[in-house]
Amino acid sequence: MNKATSLSQPIKQLERGPLREFLRNFRHNLSGMVGVTLVGLFVLISVAGLLKLTPFPILEQHPLDRLKAPGEIPAYILGTDQFGRDVASNLMKGGANSLQVATLSVLIATLAGTFVGAIAGYLGGNPDTVLMRLMDILFAFPSLLLALLIVTIRGPGLENTILAIAIVYTPIFARVARGPVLSLKETEFVTAARCIGAPETRILLRHVLPNMLAPLIVQVSLALSWALITEAGLSFLGLGTQPPEPSWGLMLSSNRGLAEIAPWLIMYPGLAIMLGVLGFNLLGDGLRDVLDPRMRGRQ
Amino acid sequence: MTRYLTQRLIAFIPTLIGISILVFAAIRLIPGDQITAQLGTEAGMLSTEQRAALEAYYGLDQPPIQQYFVWLGDALQGNFGFSIRHGSAVLPLIMKHFPITLELAFMAIVIALSIGIPIGILSAIRHNSLIDLFGRMFSMLGLAVPNFLLGTLIIYVLSVYFGILPNSGNYTSFTEDPWLNIQQLIFPAITMGFSFSASVMRMTRSAMLEVMNEDYVRTARSKGLRERVVIRRHALRNALIPVVTLIGVEFGYLLGGAFITEQIFSLPGIGRLAVNAITQREYALVQGVTLFIAINFVIVNLAVDLIYAAIDPRISYASHE
Repeated sequence: MNKATSLSQPIKQLERGPLREFLRNFRHNLSGMVGVTLVGLFVLISVAGLLKLTPFPILEQHPLDRLKAPGEIPAYILGTDQFGRDVASNLMKGGANSLQVATLSVLIATLAGTFVGAIAGYLGGNPDTVLMRLMDILFAFPSLLLALLIVTIRGPGLENTILAIAIVYTPIFARVARGPVLSLKETEFVTAARCIGAPETRILLRHVLPNMLAPLIVQVSLALSWALITEAGLSFLGLGTQPPEPSWGLMLSSNRGLAEIAPWLIMYPGLAIMLGVLGFNLLGDGLRDVLDPRMRGRQ
Repeated sequence: MTRYLTQRLIAFIPTLIGISILVFAAIRLIPGDQITAQLGTEAGMLSTEQRAALEAYYGLDQPPIQQYFVWLGDALQGNFGFSIRHGSAVLPLIMKHFPITLELAFMAIVIALSIGIPIGILSAIRHNSLIDLFGRMFSMLGLAVPNFLLGTLIIYVLSVYFGILPNSGNYTSFTEDPWLNIQQLIFPAITMGFSFSASVMRMTRSAMLEVMNEDYVRTARSKGLRERVVIRRHALRNALIPVVTLIGVEFGYLLGGAFITEQIFSLPGIGRLAVNAITQREYALVQGVTLFIAINFVIVNLAVDLIYAAIDPRISYASHE
């Protein structure tokens, strides 16, 4: 239904490259470009943190330089915490941890959710009812509560945080995937594929899936921003990333008591979370504008 | 309408059953048995007979399906078990903490609406103007600031610049001292309402933009009504329908989602009860609170659907499903 325009295009035009056309449109989208820039910075900083390209070794304590304000000692660009650890280095590794949790959990949620949604929509009937009702049950829990429950069962830690966030966002992807599949399976090209005897799996993978990529891509970007917030929230409550491993949410919560004497300890992690979330949100909005022209300017 | 109502209510029951199975199974999935979990290291001092006696007492020697039905039967009668740490049954505990969350959610919604709706309307009727740009920047920012960050910043600003500590820990109920109660809740409510005001603003704006292009708005204009009347009587009324849905969904979230805000501001609401129960491994309490919140959430969503159907005459109940 939403792909009607691109489906009716002559095949030649499609072959000229939907990717190039997409890039051309995307370049003129302000929020999308700001989003890409912020996300790019985030990824760059995180990768540097992951490769240990930080100003100081992560978690290295400098007992003589405790609670230095940014700029007080030039080497500590963003200051130090109560153990004399470099805030900038911790932020970089914290970003890497957050990004790792967010991308892996959203990847799992996307695969699992799309699988469930596509199967449900494609088969219809009873499997559809059962699968989507199961998703509704997961949906009935506020996301943070469900994540908390899963972390309670499995214990805190990196893998379990990823698993928890993945389970929380799977129903959303199932819903996003099911809609397009419902309308796509009635289209002529699917009927044509079936007529020439293509197996169902091939129809689903080669004909249906590529045509529902647009809403999925938008959803992935938005889900990444929620996953960042959820990870930071879980860590803030002490149930996500475990100390001494740095995390933005953890840095915020453990330094709350020091905010009055060392405001930079909450300002920078806070700013980092905000810009990261903002980046993925803007990117998602930009992608929606370009990929789904009906929504342009509405949100 | 009656048929639609019946359909929704019938679809509601399997969801409830599913939720109860999930909550029940979740606690059974916790590694280690419940006796060890409850007693901690002292469980090691139990003899085999004592352990068996305890298992029989808690019904843990029964097959899981039977355990589920016993648990469900108890829960339906309002018996959600006992919290050792609080020295109280679970249901009265929930009932004691819930009003705080309810009041907080209500205040947060009021704050979100009084910020979000006016900005949304202004942005829509001055589409693509400077006001619109500021409005959209506000909503983008609102969605990007998580509540734990905003709460931390609010406490920081209040304590450093105004010398007030909003989280004194001594909660006063509304009936005791309404003024003090509102003073204690206003900042947590702002924390929770802020990001919601951004969603309200976005929804109001996009709904207004859509409605302003409708035929009936053009008709209202062309018959010479003043713009103010057109907006208030013809556009806004219709534009607010999706906002009502949003309020309902968010209300459901707020009732069960105040974990972080209540923690930051030390408010003894149901979210804090849940987080403490989780960290202290009070399984009966975790189970009770989770079930309570999830059922609440489903009921609120059902109510929203029904209200939506009632206020939007365009929905035809017959064609539903």
